Amino acid sequence: MGAYILRRLLYAIPILIGVNLLTFALFFVVNTPDDMARLQLGAKHVTPEAIERWKVEHGYDKPLLLNAEAKGSEQFTDTIFFKHSAAMFVFEFGKGDDGRDIGNEIRTRMGPSLAIALPVLVIGLMVNITFALLMVFFRATYLDLWGVVLCVVLMSISGLFYIIAGQYFIAKLWNLLPISGFAGGIDGFRFILLPVLVSVVAGIGSGARWYRTIFLEEIGRDYVRTARAKGLSEVRVLFRHVLKNGMIPILTGVVVVLPLLFMGSLITESFFGIPGLGSYTIDAIQAQDFAVVRAMVFLGSFLYIIGLILTDISYSWVDPRVRLQ
Amino acid sequence: MSFMPVILWTDALIFALLVVVLALVWFIRRHEHLRAPWKHVAQRPMAMGAALVLGVFVVIGLLDSLHYRERLADSPADAPQYSVEVLSVFDALVSGLRTRQEKTYSAPLAMQLYAKEFIQRDGETVRDHPRLKYGGAHLTHADERGPDITRRTLVGLAQGLAVSLLLFGLLAAWQARRTQVQMGAWLEAWATGALGWPGRTVVLVLTLMLLLAGVLAQLASGYHVFGTDKVGQDVLYISLKSIRTGLVIGTLTTLVTLPLAIGFGIAAGYFRGWIDDVIQYIYTVLNSIPGVLLIAAMILIVQVAIESHPELFDTAAARADIRLLALCLIMGVTSWTGLARLLRGESLKLRTLDYVEAARAFGVSHTRIISRHIFPNVFHLVLIAIVLDFSGLVLAEAVLSYVGVGVDPSMYSWGNMINGARLELAREPVVWWQLGAAFVFMFTLVLAANLFADGVRDAFDPRLGGRR
Repeated sequence: MGAYILRRLLYAIPILIGVNLLTFALFFVVNTPDDMARLQLGAKHVTPEAIERWKVEHGYDKPLLLNAEAKGSEQFTDTIFFKHSAAMFVFEFGKGDDGRDIGNEIRTRMGPSLAIALPVLVIGLMVNITFALLMVFFRATYLDLWGVVLCVVLMSISGLFYIIAGQYFIAKLWNLLPISGFAGGIDGFRFILLPVLVSVVAGIGSGARWYRTIFLEEIGRDYVRTARAKGLSEVRVLFRHVLKNGMIPILTGVVVVLPLLFMGSLITESFFGIPGLGSYTIDAIQAQDFAVVRAMVFLGSFLYIIGLILTDISYSWVDPRVRLQ
Repeated sequence: MSFMPVILWTDALIFALLVVVLALVWFIRRHEHLRAPWKHVAQRPMAMGAALVLGVFVVIGLLDSLHYRERLADSPADAPQYSVEVLSVFDALVSGLRTRQEKTYSAPLAMQLYAKEFIQRDGETVRDHPRLKYGGAHLTHADERGPDITRRTLVGLAQGLAVSLLLFGLLAAWQARRTQVQMGAWLEAWATGALGWPGRTVVLVLTLMLLLAGVLAQLASGYHVFGTDKVGQDVLYISLKSIRTGLVIGTLTTLVTLPLAIGFGIAAGYFRGWIDDVIQYIYTVLNSIPGVLLIAAMILIVQVAIESHPELFDTAAARADIRLLALCLIMGVTSWTGLARLLRGESLKLRTLDYVEAARAFGVSHTRIISRHIFPNVFHLVLIAIVLDFSGLVLAEAVLSYVGVGVDPSMYSWGNMINGARLELAREPVVWWQLGAAFVFMFTLVLAANLFADGVRDAFDPRLGGRR
């Protein structure tokens, strides 16, 4: 087991290097620092001096890969690649355009993101499984048919609609919950409620439908027939056998997104004014803050790769048929 | 010539795609085994109803893809100059909607502006909602509005009903002739659902659409049916124009995805070894970058490129079009990994089958094995992926436009409509019509696409055996 995890970890390194090189190419080679400066300064103030000054301020005034003027190892370290891209491997993200340390921002913003994303995941999972089990229990009846149609209808509604409708009706018209905002501690509960509710409802359509197909696949298996032949009631078959085995694909699907919960959701956070990483990212994209976008790309990939490793481990853990090779 | 045809990049690709689809249809019709699953699709009421709705959207989108520039009236005949505004055949068809522009917001079917202004009335200056220039301009008094709307609705319904009855009669006559039965017998078979195809659903959906079209046409000739937006443009017109954007994103993105997914996926699964390793490495790297961020990063770069080369684009439409194309390319490049992984797995299985081994033993070349044995056997997966992805892409456009990395802000799209209307919700009274129209149109297209995709998937998925 230990050797397996180690090998998986080693496999993650080339992928992270690939991500790093790709972002480096996108942000510095295809799109040179001069272009960035021009975009940031706007059309009016573009003079060669202003561009130079902007590059010095942001530390983009060095050669890309190889600094011929420097001596010894500084030839490689005193470059944009080393200072801005390679440094991300030790989570040195530098500063955003607003002058704040990106690493610091990430640490303080992870909490609020998690406060929304974790309840959404857990409650969403429970709600979706409940609906899916209900549809499976009434399978091949009109209840099941219309349940699926309802799922398709829910899936076809834009996620933005759920948020806007929730904010408008629940918060503005009926004054039940605050429209947006965030607070720490117990006080924050009422702020979290609406975004969580909206996100869960928005996810029901696709979630319940997908879980229904998983359960239906299980229900056609031999062991289910055996369980019924033993004389177990349908409810017992569903909960003791189908649910348990159906949870394997569901949970392993969840594991891969677990680390990504830290990143939060772009849209939800920005609509509800949650000071998490999602709204941080969206602000950076809108302000065209390349340093922050680059840092978030790297962080997101890092978390995704952790998720992949966790998935592999959890597979071998819940399903003994998968051997660690 | 009084106009100059303009072929935007996306137009060319859309019509190329249309040609490919038509060729594919022709090919499938000639092969019984390829036709069989489509027959299953055609027997599903939901799928056929959805296909009709999709068809209407596609026709509007195609009409909206035939672009031209009008000649300026005062330019000399030997050296004609053309307007910088790029119009489409669809614009010409609904020119009334396009040109009747108000000053700013007005509610659906309103005859007064949303905002108050100082206006002259009976010799004194009062602050009130002024009358609209076009919406309800034929009315003299506000009391006439209710009866007029009712009258127009009824006329529209009657017209829609008349057209659908006529079409139904023609259909019945044609079908009765074709199947060589009495008209009465055909009608009876239709009413009892014994036609062998979902005739009732098709007729019902067609009738509903015609009724809706009749009412809309009647009302739109006198009012702004969905109100007007911030600059006074008819929201119905904007919503209809957005159809093309949604369709382009839904289809062209897939067009970009397909060669990448099919090529890489099959190559990885078929050749294994180092090719497999390299391809898997590429898609793991691409997959591990959060999709929105990768799209955002690439769009920011495209934006820089477009802004630093203004000389390449002669009209604003051409510039917006390049950005739309770039968005499709980028979304395609970031979204081929899922299908590629699926195809790789399937090819891995197929290559060990006896007939493939036999072909290899006979010395058949790799390209021939892939094109004759592997590809036809994974094609159903490709098809299912195309129809399933479409609706997701249409929805993604709205989200990306909200993030600020979607289509050009000057382009008509549901995402831009939502984005523009979102902030107006705080106003009193609420400006809801723009948002509502965008959501309704998007919902209709996506729902139709989803229902159709379900039908296709059920018919093609071998595990379901083409029934259920």
